[in-house]
Amino acid sequence: MATDNRPLSPHLQIYRPQITSVLSILHRITGVFMSLGALLLAYWLLALASGPVAYADALGILGSGPVMVLLFGLSFCFFYHLCNGIRHLAWDAGWGFELPQVYASGWAVVIASFLLTLGFWALLLVGGGAA
Amino acid sequence: MSLRTPLGRALGLGSAKDGTSHWWSQRVSAAALAILGPWFVFALIGLDGFDFETVSMWLRAPLNAILMIILVATLFYHSSLGVQVVIEDYVHDSGNKVVSLVLAKFLHLFVAVVGIFAVLRISFGA
Repeated sequence: MATDNRPLSPHLQIYRPQITSVLSILHRITGVFMSLGALLLAYWLLALASGPVAYADALGILGSGPVMVLLFGLSFCFFYHLCNGIRHLAWDAGWGFELPQVYASGWAVVIASFLLTLGFWALLLVGGGAA
Repeated sequence: MSLRTPLGRALGLGSAKDGTSHWWSQRVSAAALAILGPWFVFALIGLDGFDFETVSMWLRAPLNAILMIILVATLFYHSSLGVQVVIEDYVHDSGNKVVSLVLAKFLHLFVAVVGIFAVLRISFGA
């Protein structure tokens, strides 16, 4: 069977980005980032299990500037994936399929993710002092 | 020889031969993480700091250790299911696909066990 010369669907780049498609791929991207970020959780736990000296070293790495930026990004990934995941579960239950509802829930997810991320860091830094 | 009708044997299996089990596992683990994730977030906010004493004392509490083990197990299970779909979607060469699928599964299991072992070691006071 000839596989060349078949009609191709238009390339992704020529589509105007829409909130539906952008949020969809963002769900997958944030998921993959968190799969990598989960390594940091295991590292943190392992350092804790290895005693005070090893933990202090790990805390020095986790609390350093670049890693804190990474953790901030990861926390956004978490809140986005959580909010959009709940949106997906609602769809799975058959709710919210009308286009205006899809747009509204999409924007709600975007706003909630930003607010939750900022609120989380505000509480974290006020409460315990992440440093 | 099976006494089941051909239709009965085929129903629910689809072209992937495993029916909807992956889909369901992803949803159920998602629902669990929608509870465990916020638990962990609130726990982090509630900690009086991230020094060794504070964090290990928190994780030694039985309920925290139990929930953390469930969190790690569910997180890596859900991650494994998700990464599997990403590989299936983007890795087209069947040899590379099988190798990366198996590697991803092994890696997920390994890191999950590392995390669970660490929690047990902390809570049993190494």
